[in-house]
Amino acid sequence: MNGDPKLERIAKGNALALCATGTWTASFAPALERMVADAEKLAGSRPNIFIDVSEVSKLDTFGAWLIERLRRSLTQGTAEAQIAGLSANYSSLVDEVRRVKATPVIETGAITITGMLEQIGRAVAGLSGTVTDLVDMLGAVLAASGRVLIRPRSFRLTSTVHHLEQVCWRAVPIIVLITFLIGCIIAQQGIFHFRRFGADIFVVDMLGVLVLREIGVLLVAIMIAGRSGSAYTAELGSMKMREEIDALRTMGFDPIEVLVLPRMLALVLALPILAFLGAMAALYGGGLVAWLYGGVDPEAFLLRLRDAISIDHFIVGIVKAPVMAAVIGIVACVEGLAVQGSAESLGQHTTSSVVKGIFFVIVMDGVFAIFFASIGM
Amino acid sequence: MAPEIQDPIIRVRDITVQFGSTRVLDGLNLDVKRGEILGFVGPSGAGKSVLTRTIIGLVSKVAGRIEVFGVDLDSSNTSQRRGVERRWGVLFQQGALFSSLTVRQNIQFPMREYLKVSQRLMDEITMAKLAMVGLKPEVAERFPSELSGGMIKRVALARALALDPELVFLDEPTSGLDPIGAGDFDELVRTLQRTLGLTVFMVTHDLDSLYTACDRIAVLGNGKIIAAGSIADMQASQHPWLRQYFHGKRARAVMS
Repeated sequence: MNGDPKLERIAKGNALALCATGTWTASFAPALERMVADAEKLAGSRPNIFIDVSEVSKLDTFGAWLIERLRRSLTQGTAEAQIAGLSANYSSLVDEVRRVKATPVIETGAITITGMLEQIGRAVAGLSGTVTDLVDMLGAVLAASGRVLIRPRSFRLTSTVHHLEQVCWRAVPIIVLITFLIGCIIAQQGIFHFRRFGADIFVVDMLGVLVLREIGVLLVAIMIAGRSGSAYTAELGSMKMREEIDALRTMGFDPIEVLVLPRMLALVLALPILAFLGAMAALYGGGLVAWLYGGVDPEAFLLRLRDAISIDHFIVGIVKAPVMAAVIGIVACVEGLAVQGSAESLGQHTTSSVVKGIFFVIVMDGVFAIFFASIGM
Repeated sequence: MAPEIQDPIIRVRDITVQFGSTRVLDGLNLDVKRGEILGFVGPSGAGKSVLTRTIIGLVSKVAGRIEVFGVDLDSSNTSQRRGVERRWGVLFQQGALFSSLTVRQNIQFPMREYLKVSQRLMDEITMAKLAMVGLKPEVAERFPSELSGGMIKRVALARALALDPELVFLDEPTSGLDPIGAGDFDELVRTLQRTLGLTVFMVTHDLDSLYTACDRIAVLGNGKIIAAGSIADMQASQHPWLRQYFHGKRARAVMS
């Protein structure tokens, strides 16, 4: 009995029987749909049309629905099309689909120019929201640290140390490696171009100033925004999705105090340390290249470095680190707590945590540059 | 149909599953017959979900053989395996709906993958499936995060049924539902089994489900099936855990 499904037309006097045979299941759905569409054109051609399903060997929801769809389109006015020859084990399935109402038309959002303009408008209007959210979080973190200062026992030392390990200790190898390589590249490029003027030795000045003032801290901050900012957002976001943050709140804990403060503190402590290590690694790499590629021996390099840089350069660099850490931490935590229920939302917020983190780090760097220039450092 | 009833749809032979040094399943044998609703019980942590996941192929086993629809899943090739996967549906304990897709897209996901049918037919079938699991058509455009626990279970069932499978695995389908909702769900599983001719493999802790929905019950303990049979057999069993389970305080409340 198994075989391709068919829908045969058999005229019986002024009645027309549509005899369905074969397997009416999902695997044959495209063929079935075509047959049913053909047969639907018969609607109204005869006063009495009925569907005979006694020869159907196998029926599932797809087949049952297509028969029901055919029955509905053949039903015109008062003459209701009937289904005949329904076996007992399939009748409940057909009854089940008969109860389904006609499908509501599902609107698919077409892309229109006004829609795109609206999206842009909303995004621009949302910018001010971003800033308020950040300020809001900054305030909440400061308030929480105030509470912790008053009651030092509520400070979560274990958590802070744990995050310090994650953010600082485990980041050391990659940070040192990358800054070392950057130091090498700067020195190589410097020597290559300065050599034409016979000014090889000035590469030490450039390296020292650049690494200590800018590159060291900026590069490390950008890497930490990608490495730890994203981790913070993902952690907090998945906790939000699983209602863990709500659970904390109902137990009388402040999520800012329990989750955000230890993370912020770990980051604020970690970034200066990492920036320092990064700067040292970059100087070491630069020195190595200057020696091997530029022929500046280590003693001359150190002497020159001592003349070229002052403690000011170092302070300018290192002072920026905790501020940048705070910015990265606040952005990451705001984004993490803004995650909604879906995996997609978690991905979006993690992305925007990194993007916004890096953006604000660079903006802060610019602000610092103006500030230090105006106080003459 | 008579000879087919004797033919097991799932045949599990001597399977052993081990995590590290803990042996969760130890030479377990189980047959699930075509067209029956098998209730699978056992103490928490006995390995009920592990067995389900082993049969589906999510957990690898140390030894043994599993045949589903007469296909040995270890020696089958990719196309045979896909053929088997197309014929079963799985309802996970937490629903496991795709959170970034709407209910409608969730249900249509397997259809898109396995069938070449028009969007119109998919939409209509989706509505039919939603109606079958007792949900309103409006639910179709919602995201999983906007649904209640019971609705998630129902949508997950609708997705498991999307391709009209012959076999469905239900992992604690009624846990987390209110008693009325759980009762409805049992009724629903029964109706679907009648209308679609399903075979149902149901892991459950719900005594009501065992009484009202299941044809046969298998009990897992110490990594083996310690008993299998009708509810009457279970009640007559002298096994201490079974006695406690079926004659305990809660069991008496259900039976009275």
